Amino acid sequence: MSTSDSWGRFPRVEQQTRALVWRSDALPRVDGPVLPHGLGRSYGDSCLNDGGTVLLTAGLDRLIDFDPTTGVVRCEAGVSLDTLLRLAVPRGWFLPVTPGTKFVTVGGAIANDVHGKNHHRAGTFGRHVRRFELVRSDGSRRMCSPVENADWFGATIGGLGLTGLVTWAEVQLTPIRNPFVVQETVPFDNLDGFMRVSAESEADHDFTMSWVDCLARGRKLGRGLFYRGNFAPTQFDRLPLAKSHLSHGSGLAVPMDLPGFCLNRLSVSAFNFLYYHRERTRPSPRLVHYDPFFYPLDSVYGWNRIYGRKGFLQFQCVVPHATARDALKELLERSARGGLPSFLSVLKTFGDLPSPGWMSFPRPGYTLALDFANRGEKTWRLVEELDRVTREAGGAVYPAKDARMSPESFAAYFPQRERFAAYIDPAFSSSFWRRVNPVPLPLPSLEGRQVSIP
Amino acid sequence: MKKVIVLGATSAIAQATVRLLAARGAALYLVGRNAANLEAVARDASTRGAPKVEFRALDLNDCEAHASLVERAWQALGGLDGAVLAHGVLGDQAESQRSWAATELVLRTNFLSAASLLTELANRFEAQKAGTLVVISSVAGDRGRQSNYVYGASKGALTVFLQGLRNRLAKSGVAVVTVKPGFVDTPMTAHVPKNKLFASPEQVARGLLKAADGRKNEVYVPGFWALIMLIIRSIPEPVFKRLKL
Repeated sequence: MSTSDSWGRFPRVEQQTRALVWRSDALPRVDGPVLPHGLGRSYGDSCLNDGGTVLLTAGLDRLIDFDPTTGVVRCEAGVSLDTLLRLAVPRGWFLPVTPGTKFVTVGGAIANDVHGKNHHRAGTFGRHVRRFELVRSDGSRRMCSPVENADWFGATIGGLGLTGLVTWAEVQLTPIRNPFVVQETVPFDNLDGFMRVSAESEADHDFTMSWVDCLARGRKLGRGLFYRGNFAPTQFDRLPLAKSHLSHGSGLAVPMDLPGFCLNRLSVSAFNFLYYHRERTRPSPRLVHYDPFFYPLDSVYGWNRIYGRKGFLQFQCVVPHATARDALKELLERSARGGLPSFLSVLKTFGDLPSPGWMSFPRPGYTLALDFANRGEKTWRLVEELDRVTREAGGAVYPAKDARMSPESFAAYFPQRERFAAYIDPAFSSSFWRRVNPVPLPLPSLEGRQVSIP
Repeated sequence: MKKVIVLGATSAIAQATVRLLAARGAALYLVGRNAANLEAVARDASTRGAPKVEFRALDLNDCEAHASLVERAWQALGGLDGAVLAHGVLGDQAESQRSWAATELVLRTNFLSAASLLTELANRFEAQKAGTLVVISSVAGDRGRQSNYVYGASKGALTVFLQGLRNRLAKSGVAVVTVKPGFVDTPMTAHVPKNKLFASPEQVARGLLKAADGRKNEVYVPGFWALIMLIIRSIPEPVFKRLKL
């Protein structure tokens, strides 16, 4: 057993690790439950398995096939999105959907059915998965696609790694003519402003998202900057495509855990103020390489360490259009009042393209992501309040970013969970799953094993 | 190296080397024991840009098959100008001390089969007066230690064999590169607790190709092992034999 944590650095658990090497190998036999684990970028405990074993998929990182005429790529589940970009971008293809970090695996992208800045256009990652192989602990191997074993396909996309091990997957990439994005920045004064800009931007822009100054209150509540962009057409080409995969990261790294006093209300307000006013004055539109456009935080390696040893809590929710205005207002007001400011607050509109995944998080409405340094009880109470607001608004909280939602909230957010539970592999489980199902569905022997609140 | 045979291609270091060679556009002939795993490595290599990848599943301990193996590879790629020997076993020292069969297997895999393959390859490279032979030996071959002298002896014999071969082939313009990795984080060492001395297979692969490009003789990867082994080799035997190494 060794101590592990996730990207949010909370919770810490005791678990074994087993490295997977070959996709044709049988699953290793171990005591206790197993859980596939890619690059560990989930924030909470959905990628952890307290008291059990995580199967490290990093060794399953081989490419199988790439057709540069159709943009269909087949690869093992431990291949990172970064590897796919290095392969695809020089040949004129891009990920159909990408989260805000490229250091996630294809298996992780499927298990969390990740979304990106183009949800209103492309839906979730799962929509672009053509097929995959699912290995179960009984030794069976299933080819899953929208037509073949469609139920297993639907259960596994967004299935949090619980239905078995995805060994390889086939993904349809999307064509680009340029690795640069034409980005426009539009400031907005409040929530209504955001909604207005969002509505008028969605028709003409593939990529949209907003940074919100979550310390602004009163009439400025919800002010921020709206980013929208499209891949540049060929004539803007500044670099030959072949060179475009060169890293544009700053090479910065957070060398150690920063002490807690570096992050306080004052420093965060100063950051928010400076960021808002600096970005406002930068030229718009401008050409931005895809790397800083999609992955601004990847350039600061180990950025999660700025929160110090106690880590942080992420909170990402979606609220439906009907209740969004009041709910977002309340969420922002509460987080501004909480005295525990969120560093990066992101607002985005989800479109209505459905995912094939039963347990997929995105649904039509607005999504808000906040992060809070873990300051114990106070932070937990605040986030629980945000959870309650989300629940009352008929929304949902994202499991990949959660370390604390209650079983009741989970049940409210994921009405398909019982249908899904029948597809969970009896040998698979996670800290998250046991937490949100205190009456364990698949593993009665693990009853009582829960992550304790600090 | 543009047409390269890789022996033991499913080993972690070989896989990492194959990726780098593939990205450079080298044609590859991959040999390993498990056909399914070998195919996975081959597909990865061709997807990453190798213009031609052939593979053959074979137990390299079968030295009788080496001549025809090299001939096949030669035919498949239209000649060879590089070879990477990466197959090997760590063995179990305690088991080897109990059993000659276990000792023999380590010597056969790490030394005898390599010597046999190198004989085939060296004669062909010598005749064409070109080529690079890259062989993975080990720091363990620099001095026998009680904790793994059977493995160490197999690698030490390999290192000496390569020295002689290098001496012989120098006039033909054939490079013989001995790569001596230290601890590497691979499935071979999965049971060993890791520390700061461990290198990744990618690190070793980069060092290996840099040495091959520079037609180096003997290299330690990572380089700090040169210093460590200098110290280990310098300890006088009367002292050394009392140490628990």
